[in-house]
Amino acid sequence: MIQHRRVAKTLVSLVLVIFSSFGNKISAQANGQALFSANCASCHAVHKDLTGPALAGVEERWGGDKKKLHAWIHNNQAFLKTGDKYANELYLKYNKTQMNLFPNLTDAEIDAILAYVKSVPAPGAAAGGGAAEAASSTEGGDNTLLFGILTLILAVVALILLQVNSNLKKLSDQKEGQPALEPVPFWRNKAYIALLSILLFCIGGYLTVTGAIGLGRTKGYHPEQPIYYSHKVHAGTNQISCLYCHGGAQDSKHANIPSVNICMNCHMAINEYTGKDKIYREDGTEVDGSAEIKKLYKYAGFDPAVSKVWDPNKAKPIEWTRVHNLPDHVYFNHSQHVKAGKVQCQTCHGEVQKMDVAYQFAELSMGWCINCHRTTQVQFKDNGFYSIYQKFHDDLKNGRIDSTKGITVEKIGGTECQKCHY
Amino acid sequence: MEQKKYWQSFGELNKTNAYKSAAQDEFQEELPFEADDKGLLEVKTPRRDFLKYLGFSTAAAAVAASCEVPVKKAIPFVNKPEDIVPGVANYYATTFVQDGEVTPAIAKVRDGRPIKIEGNELSPVTIGGTSPRMQASVLDLYDTSRLPYPMANGKEVSTFDAFDKLVAADFARIGNAPVVLLTSSVTSPTTRLVIDQFLAKYPGSRHVTYDAVSCSGMLLSNEATYGKRAIPSLNLAAAEVIVSLSSDFLASGVNPVEMNRQYGIGRKLNMKNPTMSRHIQFESMMSMTGANADERYHHRPSDTGAVALALYAALGGAVTAPKLDTALQQAVQKTAATLSKNKGAGIVLAGSNDPNIQIIINGINELIGANGTTISWSSTYNTKQGIDAEMFKLVDDMNAGTIGALLIHEANPAYNYYDSKRFIDGLKKVKFAVSFNTKMDETSELCKYVIPDHNYLESWGDAEPKTGYVSLIQPTISPLFKTRQWQDSLLKWSSAPTDYLAFLKQYWIGKLGSEANWDKALQDGVIHGGVSTRTVLTSQTSSSPDTARSANAPIIDLNVGGGKTSFNNGPIAQAAAAIGSAKKGGNTELVLYQKVTIGAGQQANNPWLHEAPDPITKATWDNYAIISPALAKSLFNIDLQKKGDSDDYEVHPEKEVVRITVNGKVLELPVIIVPGTNPNTIAVALGYGRGADAASDGDDEDKRKVQIDKARTNIGKAGGATGKNAFPFVQFNGVTRDYFVPSVNVAAAGYKYKVAQTQTHQTYEDRTEVVLETTLATLRKEPEMFLERREELHKDFAPKTNNYERDATLYPLFPKPGIKWGMSVDLNSCTGCQACVVACIAENNVAVVGKNEVARFHDMHWLRIDRYFSGDLENPNVIFQPMLCQHCDNAPCENVCPVAATMHSSEGLNQMAYNRCIGTRYCANNCPYKVRRFNWADYMGADSFPDNQKEVLSDASLIMNDDLTRMVLNPDVTVRSRGVMEKCSFCVQRLQDGKLKAKKESRPLKSGENGEFDVKTACQQACPTDAIVFGNVNNKQSAVYQHRENNQDRLFYVIEMIHTLPNVSYLAKVRNNDTILKPEEGETQETIGGKQGKKEEQEEGQGQPVNK
Repeated sequence: MIQHRRVAKTLVSLVLVIFSSFGNKISAQANGQALFSANCASCHAVHKDLTGPALAGVEERWGGDKKKLHAWIHNNQAFLKTGDKYANELYLKYNKTQMNLFPNLTDAEIDAILAYVKSVPAPGAAAGGGAAEAASSTEGGDNTLLFGILTLILAVVALILLQVNSNLKKLSDQKEGQPALEPVPFWRNKAYIALLSILLFCIGGYLTVTGAIGLGRTKGYHPEQPIYYSHKVHAGTNQISCLYCHGGAQDSKHANIPSVNICMNCHMAINEYTGKDKIYREDGTEVDGSAEIKKLYKYAGFDPAVSKVWDPNKAKPIEWTRVHNLPDHVYFNHSQHVKAGKVQCQTCHGEVQKMDVAYQFAELSMGWCINCHRTTQVQFKDNGFYSIYQKFHDDLKNGRIDSTKGITVEKIGGTECQKCHY
Repeated sequence: MEQKKYWQSFGELNKTNAYKSAAQDEFQEELPFEADDKGLLEVKTPRRDFLKYLGFSTAAAAVAASCEVPVKKAIPFVNKPEDIVPGVANYYATTFVQDGEVTPAIAKVRDGRPIKIEGNELSPVTIGGTSPRMQASVLDLYDTSRLPYPMANGKEVSTFDAFDKLVAADFARIGNAPVVLLTSSVTSPTTRLVIDQFLAKYPGSRHVTYDAVSCSGMLLSNEATYGKRAIPSLNLAAAEVIVSLSSDFLASGVNPVEMNRQYGIGRKLNMKNPTMSRHIQFESMMSMTGANADERYHHRPSDTGAVALALYAALGGAVTAPKLDTALQQAVQKTAATLSKNKGAGIVLAGSNDPNIQIIINGINELIGANGTTISWSSTYNTKQGIDAEMFKLVDDMNAGTIGALLIHEANPAYNYYDSKRFIDGLKKVKFAVSFNTKMDETSELCKYVIPDHNYLESWGDAEPKTGYVSLIQPTISPLFKTRQWQDSLLKWSSAPTDYLAFLKQYWIGKLGSEANWDKALQDGVIHGGVSTRTVLTSQTSSSPDTARSANAPIIDLNVGGGKTSFNNGPIAQAAAAIGSAKKGGNTELVLYQKVTIGAGQQANNPWLHEAPDPITKATWDNYAIISPALAKSLFNIDLQKKGDSDDYEVHPEKEVVRITVNGKVLELPVIIVPGTNPNTIAVALGYGRGADAASDGDDEDKRKVQIDKARTNIGKAGGATGKNAFPFVQFNGVTRDYFVPSVNVAAAGYKYKVAQTQTHQTYEDRTEVVLETTLATLRKEPEMFLERREELHKDFAPKTNNYERDATLYPLFPKPGIKWGMSVDLNSCTGCQACVVACIAENNVAVVGKNEVARFHDMHWLRIDRYFSGDLENPNVIFQPMLCQHCDNAPCENVCPVAATMHSSEGLNQMAYNRCIGTRYCANNCPYKVRRFNWADYMGADSFPDNQKEVLSDASLIMNDDLTRMVLNPDVTVRSRGVMEKCSFCVQRLQDGKLKAKKESRPLKSGENGEFDVKTACQQACPTDAIVFGNVNNKQSAVYQHRENNQDRLFYVIEMIHTLPNVSYLAKVRNNDTILKPEEGETQETIGGKQGKKEEQEEGQGQPVNK
């Protein structure tokens, strides 16, 4: 199934490549999308005006002069000073909102982005490309059921046998002329009572233990937030990179909730929700996106009617309710996973691009962490840090280590206590 | 020949019963059950109580379980500053400045809070070295007893403008009466300009410098002989011979961090050509510096001058020396011979504040050619500038009523002036006084106005400890309280148009040429390219890998060959005559000294410093009278050679109290017996008894109680009325203040007082080869003696393969495929300064427990510096050994944990999972190194209701539970709660952080190759002598691997024969003297290897071991 999908995907991209007017390589194409998400998507969409203009047809608008466009993207402020007519008009049209500078993007990378922009079909024909959904089927339950039924049958058989046995005994006693004892009702039968209490103890114990283990675990925690912030609209529909807002994830132990100024980077210009998809709460009521943006303005102390420029001094911080809470004795570092481990955000947070208000997707229990560390491979060959593990490199070459399993986090000590508890 | 024996306590020396029973019990506590012969169920608190507890805990668990998970908020910035990422620490260069002591520092700021102070490796003076006081200074920032607002007449003034108006009115009122600015030594060039500007506004006014512990003697003697009232730069690193006459230069004095740094370089040993400096100490008490000496002699304090004269005479000086007793005379002769052999490579230092003695010392240094070689005049110290006579004159003037206004900054004469009463009387006659001190201290209390200064971590500034070596101060946090920098106040009051920051910036931009240079200087923290000449280090250690510092760091500035100045022989004869005619000492003499942790009491309310044990006495939280074993015998009839007496003295924390009387002043202090103290000497530490008058010993209880309460409010709960003030015993000789009293009356006071010492808390149960030591001469003769011993051991246990690690145990060998952490400690460089101890506390959120808890063995330090004596009680040798978790690869603690809360990592760490620990304490019992610490109470207030804490914890612990103080905690380290075991983690949070940094940059971890480190433990980073090296042992280029490899001949592991396979190695201590230890004499390891069994049998057969 998964393989089929992969084949299909490859085919689709191949077709795309063949039909695209530029002879770009596959890598450049994929690159273009990644670069677009990382650098442009926070302010630009392909077919829609956001903080910046829609990028579809950008080359035509610039008169097909790529050099100008490159210069503009590298350093728009310097380019404005050259007095280019179109550029200055554009600047005024967008209320003199400064575009970010991208001095580090190479010309080839910009071309890749432009190629990607061209390749995106107009809305209607667009199909959302979602990440592969891993269907998880648990087979552990089947055996338990089988054993349970077996136990039950055996217990019934045992009961019947006991009954038969006692009847036979009664009969033989009668035959021998011994007076039959008054039969003890089962609720006063000590054997039954003992059996029952043991049973109760076991079931009760099991429930208590599982209950205790689950204490403080908050999978699915879905608190109401001061602003109905839809990740679906931002990360899904508008393709804004997670790291644009949660930039701490690649530098720090905290992913960080974005500060008000990051919201206002875009929302100074975007002051109403015009998306096609309607947003619904869990209870089915519709969310007024524009009203939620107004809530943000209230916190930010911003009124587009008064001034187009936001003054951060008037703002108040937004008191978000924290969704993901780890106990204090656990050390978790986002950058370790995102930057060094190259783990996708969705692995732990679920498909945030399809969620509206974020909820806790994973269990965040120790077992959950450990299980992932047992199966996830580290960037063993790509990351120079692991060059010191000479033995593992040799073993991989010799085949002493199964190369499909590879070097997991566990292998380099990732399940040891003091990797997370200190 | 008697075996050489190392002992931590007198009990260990005498093998007393108390020592033996202590060795049996790790936790010397009675179990909380009533001791009946009956069974547990029959005792008085039986079944019913059990049921009560059971019922209560079930109910409590049910209640707790039904509680909802609390809702937590995540509140982001409104407008995030670009260079702050929550969760990532920022580092700012600044400078620790205190009473003239200057140490360039780096402040680690996490989410806006400074949480750790580190040394600045760019400084050519200290190269990243630190002192315990500097390490602890970050806690002073969060001191709850700091004054939170300016005050006038004891009442809060709401705004600075209102305050300025009040003061201006008073300035107008005093008319032309002189204004005096009284400060400790000012090392800041811009502050000096600010002061000049201020003084110019008030004609006739003056600036008086007053150092709590003065160096006037040195300044005056240099003026007499060199024509300069200054203190020259010293170069201990280049000195082959260092002779110190009562100078505790490693613990106190002009700049101890720099002295440690230089001293450490001279003590490093290169095994290819084993040479090191020779340190000879003459002193009256066992000082920390003296404990490091190669040869040490003791004498009466009043004989210091005579010793100096005798040394001068022995070197050929034209004076007649007074007669010394024969042993001392021989020592002087020997020292003189050594000095003359090393002309141009020797240095003589004296701790005395008597200018006459210092003149003789200058004469000696001239004779041995130190001037221009080990002593350089091209750069002079600014750290001590006070001239005692000036202060004396000021107090006279004050009493005469001629002073209009007194402005006091960082000076506290009401506490630490020798005649504080006269100062206080004088202060009352001054028209008005302003204090800039940060606390309502003894002096501020008497001032009309108090406008508290910022803490240094909130300030702007600069400092120039030595001419040409400037370091800058920048704020790392905005002021916590309504305080104002004192320079700003001065500028305001001199009607200057700018504030101090603008002033400072303008000054340095002018000097440095541009704003960009200023920014760079601020980022570096130090300004390079001073006036002094720079010379590449050429001493024996320059090629040694021991110098583990970054190669990129500047080379230490030694001023070799420069800075000679002309010497005037004139004053010597007169000085000699003065010394000759000095009064002879009485039967008992008193010496006043400063502890390395407490100093003169500036950081009195710092619980970290109070709880860091004194390196020699291992006592915490108090000062006391140090006496010799001989004096103990004559005064208290304690004979330490007798088992009963030594147990009596040592087992109980309650010590006999001695009453010291001088001219009607009385001081009653508990005694601590320190071997190596001169029999005619008592030593008392300064800096204690803050806030409460020491002389109130005779007062009635109620009055004293009021005083103590006041002290604890003003000075703080940790330092107020802790110990007793010995400053009143300082003597004024007409020119300078002397820190000894030639004749005191001593008597037993007849009662006892509790002192919390840590020395006997840990014992190695007679395993003797914990420290190894030899002499340089022996090492030269037999360089491989330690190596051979280890090889023998390995052969004994693994005769076939010689693989001790694998074959000497039943356990399998676990591979360490990537990193294997290891530490190596050079006992030769460790001076015992405690900087690492305090650094460890700060880095790892180690709890403060308070005096009573220390007294019952509940101290929590992860790293301790063990002090061992060896030799006779009269004048023993001392070895310091930093002892921390050894992270044994075959760890005894791991095997015994019933819940696997402690286990080993694949990187060689002995891990501790606090939340898994159930507190059985088996691990601590089974640890041969005694480095595990148990949380007997919830010292940090991690999970208790505050009101429940009050009954249980001492005030000292409660300080650390305060919301403000808790801001100092390191957020990367769990705060441990009650009932769990903890211990050194090799700073695992730093290790993880360093690994992550390398991973993010996709490169192998750097651990000392080319001097670059991704990871340094807090202790390693703090060490001013680079005694501690740490890194990845699997990397053959790493500093720690090289350190072990290049010093194979001195390498040892503590009690290696029990096969714990520690990851901490040590290098044997080497004393530079000519004694050749005979094999059996040097054989400290009688129990090593296969001999162990035989020896023990033998000892048991004899019945009693040595020293019966």
